[in-house]
Amino acid sequence: MSGAAFSATGRIGWRQRLRRHRGARAGGAVLLLMAALAILGPLLSPHGADVVNWDAIEQAPSGAYLFGTDSVGRDLFSRLMLATGISLALGLLATVVSVVIGIGWGAVAGLAGGRVDALMMRIVDVLYAMPFLFFVIVLMAVFGRSLWLIFIGVGAVEWLTLARIVRGQTLLLKNQPFAEAARACGAGPLRLLTRHIVPNLLGLVAVYATLTVPQVILVESFLSFLGLGVQEPLTSLGVLVKEGVETLETAPWLILIPSLWLAALLLALNLVGDALRDAFDPKDR
Amino acid sequence: MFRLICGRLLGAIPTLMAIVLLGFVLMRLAPGGPFDAERALPPEVEAQLRAQYDLDAPLHEQLARYLADLARFDLGPSFKYKDFTVAELIRDGAGVSAALGGAALVLAAALGLTLGCAAALKRGSRFDAAVMTLAVSGQVIPTFVMGPILALVFGLWLRWLPLAGWGGGRPAFLILPVITLALPYVAAIARLMRASLIETMNESYIRTARAKGASPARILLCHALPPALLPVVSYLGPAAAGLLTGSVVVETIFGLPGIGRYFVQGAINRDYTLVLGVVMLYGGLIVVFNLATDLIYGWLDPRVRRS
Repeated sequence: MSGAAFSATGRIGWRQRLRRHRGARAGGAVLLLMAALAILGPLLSPHGADVVNWDAIEQAPSGAYLFGTDSVGRDLFSRLMLATGISLALGLLATVVSVVIGIGWGAVAGLAGGRVDALMMRIVDVLYAMPFLFFVIVLMAVFGRSLWLIFIGVGAVEWLTLARIVRGQTLLLKNQPFAEAARACGAGPLRLLTRHIVPNLLGLVAVYATLTVPQVILVESFLSFLGLGVQEPLTSLGVLVKEGVETLETAPWLILIPSLWLAALLLALNLVGDALRDAFDPKDR
Repeated sequence: MFRLICGRLLGAIPTLMAIVLLGFVLMRLAPGGPFDAERALPPEVEAQLRAQYDLDAPLHEQLARYLADLARFDLGPSFKYKDFTVAELIRDGAGVSAALGGAALVLAAALGLTLGCAAALKRGSRFDAAVMTLAVSGQVIPTFVMGPILALVFGLWLRWLPLAGWGGGRPAFLILPVITLALPYVAAIARLMRASLIETMNESYIRTARAKGASPARILLCHALPPALLPVVSYLGPAAAGLLTGSVVVETIFGLPGIGRYFVQGAINRDYTLVLGVVMLYGGLIVVFNLATDLIYGWLDPRVRRS
């Protein structure tokens, strides 16, 4: 039964629909290129990401330093590749965290129904109305700036929408014949959840998870930009933009290159996510 | 109407309580206190300070006292800015933040609605494609990327506008921050407006109006626009709150003395009361904006009003 929610047979499957989508192809290509560069970057660049060269401070892009150097003479290309890797990894991991919480919360609420459902969804409503970014800022400022806290902070914000979507879908699925059949065969709530409901949700969840990744990267860069995110010697795209702002007047490439890179990354992720959503959306078939 | 307002305000109480509790506990659990300085204070001085700010009482008593003060809209004294209350500090920054957020909201709504409507009416044209391309990029480019680039181009290279600062409130200093803050919302509103208007224009009552000979302008303004505005309005409530959140970044980039900057500084300095006060203010504003959204919604859509 897997994919029951989506596999209503249209003339073409979602894979073809995705492949025909021009934005998705361009976005996917950019993403692959960036991910490959993030992984292979250290091999391609002759300079280490944290090697300080006092003889080459704030050098404009040239043959020796492809994207120039920063205010302490580190190679911007190497740092950009490192930052891309960290931002992508953080984005993916935090998305996984929020997906797990979102599925768990939404599926349990939908399956339990009644008062439990009402209470759990009320909690989501209350959390929705909170100025969460402010709490994350406080959290980072007060408890020090570890990568773990970024996860918790970002994960706490990003699971809410997913929990709502999963709950709605669970309500639909739990009364379908296959779920009834499973219950009639003696499946308990846990088995029903893990074997029958969740597998059917995964397609939809994958689509929204794709759109969560750029959100997470955005929050992380936002925190890093305020100086509350990733710390030296590590770096992220937000950190690079922040450093670029400090040298705006003397070294404009330090702000332009990381900014445009980050914008391109977010645009690519969104294009792929939107295309995936369109491809899965039965309304357009 | 009255019942709706009362119900909404009562419904907001759990949210506000959760905000206070979470904020309060978070700040008190934090290692280090507001009186940590480069040089350690003599123990008796610190004890005196802690007593003065009620920090020596048990946690639940502190919380009870804070809530009692809060009920009288008293946010307490600031821990870091001696001789100032939190309310005074917030009042100081509120003018700047309100000018910034308000101008950005007006710009976002005006520009977004116009572009969205125009794109919907000329669907499939080059203009439509251009607006939508701009809208997608506007929505993905974060403010802290857009701000510095605008500052670089218009402040430094072209020298049309001041690079940063408040300049005693002269309008020229607000232009770049307002544009930076408004752009993502212009993009989002334009997209929503376009999609919604296209859908409404396909409704049968629009065809009826056209058949009865109503002019295109009349169809747009009297028949299509009110229902088409609904999704935009329901977006505006959270958007208004987002404009306030976004102002933290914009105020930091452009060095504006608003509430957002106080907040970041307060969090770093462990100024408990200041941070909690600002969070409460934002929480309250979100509630008010959501309520306003619901009221406008009812005014635009008779079906919602009756139910």
